[in-house]
Amino acid sequence: MNIIFEERMRESASRPRIYFDHAATTSPRPEVLDVVIRTLQDDFGNPSSFYQEGHRASWLLEDARARIAACLQVQPEEIFFTSCGTESDNWAIKGAAYARQSRGRHLITTTFEHHAVLHSMEALERDGFEITYLDVDHLGILEPEKVREALRDDTILVSIMMANNEIGTIQPIKEIGAICREAGVLFHSDGVQALGAIPVYPNELNADMMSFSGHKLYAPKGIGLLFKRKGIRIDRLIDGGAQEKRQRGGTENVAFAAALAKALEMSLADMEHESKRQTALRDRLIHGVMERIPHTKLNGHVTKRLPNNANFSFEFIEGESILLFLDKFGYACSSGSACTSASLDPSHVLLAISLPAEIAHGSLRVTLGIETTDKDVDRFLIDLPLIVERLRDMSPLYSDFKRGELQPLIPPEGSLDLAIDGGYGWRS
Amino acid sequence: MQYSDKVLDHFMNPRNMGEIEDATTSGTVGNPVCGDIMKMDLKIVDNIIVDAKFKTFGCGSAIATSSMATELIIGKTTDEALDLTNRAVAEALDGLPAVKMHCSVLAEQAVKKALETYYIREGLMTSERAKKFAILGQCEHDENYEHCGCSEE
Repeated sequence: MNIIFEERMRESASRPRIYFDHAATTSPRPEVLDVVIRTLQDDFGNPSSFYQEGHRASWLLEDARARIAACLQVQPEEIFFTSCGTESDNWAIKGAAYARQSRGRHLITTTFEHHAVLHSMEALERDGFEITYLDVDHLGILEPEKVREALRDDTILVSIMMANNEIGTIQPIKEIGAICREAGVLFHSDGVQALGAIPVYPNELNADMMSFSGHKLYAPKGIGLLFKRKGIRIDRLIDGGAQEKRQRGGTENVAFAAALAKALEMSLADMEHESKRQTALRDRLIHGVMERIPHTKLNGHVTKRLPNNANFSFEFIEGESILLFLDKFGYACSSGSACTSASLDPSHVLLAISLPAEIAHGSLRVTLGIETTDKDVDRFLIDLPLIVERLRDMSPLYSDFKRGELQPLIPPEGSLDLAIDGGYGWRS
Repeated sequence: MQYSDKVLDHFMNPRNMGEIEDATTSGTVGNPVCGDIMKMDLKIVDNIIVDAKFKTFGCGSAIATSSMATELIIGKTTDEALDLTNRAVAEALDGLPAVKMHCSVLAEQAVKKALETYYIREGLMTSERAKKFAILGQCEHDENYEHCGCSEE
């Protein structure tokens, strides 16, 4: 047993916890929480009501809409409030498909979208729609020309995410949007991970619809957005009252809408500084991990990725056990391992970038945020190598490798852009 | 999904982790494609398991069930160890989340794989004993999932 490991594990209880899972969710900013509480206390009225409390709530809601529209450089009437990013994706995709099915029943997406998109597509497939799932390359980037090649006369919607939630790769959305526009096909992009982290202007991106979520940018869970270009008609997903211009029923969440406006404004005000700062931290983290831990692969693209995202595969070990030790040592991270997903398959994103399952199981996602410091990264760079070493000492695959009986899939020096061909060939 | 304190204890402080240089027999089960492999080394003297050590590639419960399985069989006769069930391993750990029960199956399989090799080599395999190895042919995931293909050759 490694004495330093045991000592670090013992001491970890007295160290502050470090939250490294900002792609999962973020902690609302104090200024944003203040807006929530003030609005709920002082302006609890229903925006549809015909008296002063209602008018006041309605004014706050429209003010939030206008400010969000200004942040995205779009018109206020192009912004719709929803409950979350998943609802926005469902609405955009199903709503567009059913509204346009007389023109065709073919849609295009990628294999590595968020489940909100993939499962909406699968629901449409069960209803007789035809879906083309495009492959991304081994770095997680979609070649725009692939979209052009997949377009057909009966294609009614293309949906491609702007930034991937697991490996953080940023897609050439503007080029893809231009191809769709040229072909006269509706283009939707899931911008949930991108908004607040990198510039997102739907008009510049040639996007007709974009989905966003509040809790990824330091606003609360329970509020999402759909940007929908003026003049585009899609079917309703939520039937009810006349809210959101009769297009999305349900009493509006005024407090959270105001909170989202505040959070978005603050993220944009910080963005230039924060994206530089987090990119520097991320790169120090990536290079620090690669230097200290042999047989490590960076997943995703080395530069075309979100400023806060690092995703690694460590050969010979499994992701959930990494997370358990990291949790014990004081870190909150995430993995694409099957064992963390309650299914047998490792993350569909990691399989989509052609990782063999045995390498995908050993993945770790670290996502930084506005409260992440240099010291956090320093501490992590001490603890993570100890944890990986400990788990490798327990791994029969690592013993096999040490004895020269197993050819490693990732070279000792690691790789930032490795394409892995095949697995261990365990079944042969 | 949350693990019991006992699972976490056996994961963080595994008992009998390692390899036995002069093992009498050993068994490896699982598949890296499915995300778990367990290797169990046994030292057997006069049909008694005097030592057991494991190495495991897998999640927290895979490591904890390996650790617990070694504790449950050390000092037992080989026939007693043959009666070790995955449920007994899981119960000794104060239970496992439903989606993790297959890890305990893997632990039972690892012990049985090592014992099967031992009985056959020593000419001790009887028809009575042979019945107890049926679990080796099963995919450890069958209990909770659709057939995953990991026991296919």
